[in-house]
Amino acid sequence: MNKTTLFKTDGVSFTYDVTPVLQDINLNLQVGKFYGIVGPNGCGKTTLLDLLIGSRSAASGNILLRDKPIQTYNRRSLARILALVPQEFDTGFGFTVEEIVLMGRHPYIERFGSPSPADWDAVEKAMSLIGITELRKRYINTLSGGQKQRTIVARALAQNTSVLLFDEATSSLDIKYTLHIFNIGRQLVQEGKTVIAVIHNLNLAAAYCDDIIFMKDGTIQLAGPTAETLTPKTIADIFDVEANVTQDPFNHSLQVSFQYSTEI
Amino acid sequence: MKTLSEKKFILLTATLLVLCFLSIIISTGMGYISITATDIFRVLAAKISGNPDLQSGIESTIPYVIMDVRLPRILTASLVGAGLAISGVIYQGILLNPLADPYTLGISSGAAFGASIALLANLSMLGQFSIPVFAFTGAIITLMVVMYLSTFNGQISANTLILSGVIVGAILSAGISFLKYIADEQVAVIIFWLMGSFVSATWKGVMLVGLALIFGMIVTLFYGRDLNIMSLGRRSSDALGVETAKVRIILLLTASMVTAICVAVTGIIGFIGLIIPHLMRFFVGPDNRKLLPVSALAGAILLLAADTVTRAILPVEVPIGVLTALIGGPFFCVIFRKKQRGSSYE
Repeated sequence: MNKTTLFKTDGVSFTYDVTPVLQDINLNLQVGKFYGIVGPNGCGKTTLLDLLIGSRSAASGNILLRDKPIQTYNRRSLARILALVPQEFDTGFGFTVEEIVLMGRHPYIERFGSPSPADWDAVEKAMSLIGITELRKRYINTLSGGQKQRTIVARALAQNTSVLLFDEATSSLDIKYTLHIFNIGRQLVQEGKTVIAVIHNLNLAAAYCDDIIFMKDGTIQLAGPTAETLTPKTIADIFDVEANVTQDPFNHSLQVSFQYSTEI
Repeated sequence: MKTLSEKKFILLTATLLVLCFLSIIISTGMGYISITATDIFRVLAAKISGNPDLQSGIESTIPYVIMDVRLPRILTASLVGAGLAISGVIYQGILLNPLADPYTLGISSGAAFGASIALLANLSMLGQFSIPVFAFTGAIITLMVVMYLSTFNGQISANTLILSGVIVGAILSAGISFLKYIADEQVAVIIFWLMGSFVSATWKGVMLVGLALIFGMIVTLFYGRDLNIMSLGRRSSDALGVETAKVRIILLLTASMVTAICVAVTGIIGFIGLIIPHLMRFFVGPDNRKLLPVSALAGAILLLAADTVTRAILPVEVPIGVLTALIGGPFFCVIFRKKQRGSSYE
């Protein structure tokens, strides 16, 4: 078995009641790469992330994390390996930004223990990296959508895991913070960590991802290096839109442009 | 870094502890016969040390009034207040709904239905415990039905729990109305039980509620931090290392058991479990590890005060459930309006 394999899924499927959501998912994800998961709404991307973090169990097939079946890990040890930045975020009762970020240290703090200096250090680092230190005493429910989302990214960073999973984590952020978060992701990958991100914006996927996984109707249609997989034909197959893919002279990466039409 | 809020928490807990102790002593002295605090302490000391000399010179009926009439009732009221308050904290935390209280899941209606059947059939096979046993059974069966109705794919969702609770509660309420309709002469007994009362409190009841409360507190404090994180929603709490599904069921069962025992012993007493957690959240914030102890103390004080008012101050004894609803309802309206104005607390 390859030492650098992070996730290996083998014939994984998942159903809600009787409706199949994922079918025959075979993936081999390596350590130290930036993965993008791309596909139309409702194609099972979020469910796939849920399976990878062990929040749901596959109906059939195996998911291996570091060569061991994912169900052999308890949640606490999973939370020290994997951090999730979810898309939706609601909290019933008002915690402060600092308290929310500190929750990222939950898997490291003993049941009746208090946060150690190392825990506080991780919280400080995460908040300053994301640039929300000045919001620390604010209540989460008084923040804007973008500020909330950045708090959640900071919480995932405070978890200090070697794998980060983003579920459309930047969908409510403006372009400056979107690029900021993606740059942090890229930086973490250079440090040897792994990022697995569900991305709607194909240009962001083109610019940041080493590999892209294209999904449609609960199956993986295509997966591989961005330069090979991101083609007008793939985009037409997956999204049913006409697109052109070119090397952009300004940002030096592949960029996608779409054919706009006034026809409905 | 957190010293200010820690200090506030310790100060509040200490104040509430003292207040709780004072309320117990003061209300023991109040009633048809008023008793001085010194006499109360002397009787208690005599009882605890087993040395009757300590209460010499006190009229012979006084120890009986304190130990057999007033204290069981006063302690039951305090413990039930604490129990309903911590159940409220747990339900609001798990159901992610500020309107959740021990009765949201239809538990009270289940208990009331069970008790009504026992009262109607005039069942006395279990002696003085037949009504509590029936009430408890009704509450537990209701809980099981509600949990079955709201489980899909092995997951319990907060919204379906509340919906199922409301539906089952409505069916049971209709059932109770029917029982009242056919009850004829016993209808007064059923109605009085439904309104809640501490009149028939016993030391056995005190022990029972006390044990349930201690058990509930230990379990909930054990999962206190998990409950905090669960307020972020299931996906987030799973990813942060919380066994969300397991903790949810354990806490739900714990809170329901505490509620069922409280209801079985005293009948239906509303609003304590709704108001107290809200009020305490103003002071200590959303952290359940702080919210639980202060809510338990505040619940004890509030219900004891209400019971003392109806027992010793009002000329006629008003059913306690009616009194808490009359005080609690308007009070809750005030909190509700404040919240809607978008203060930092949610």
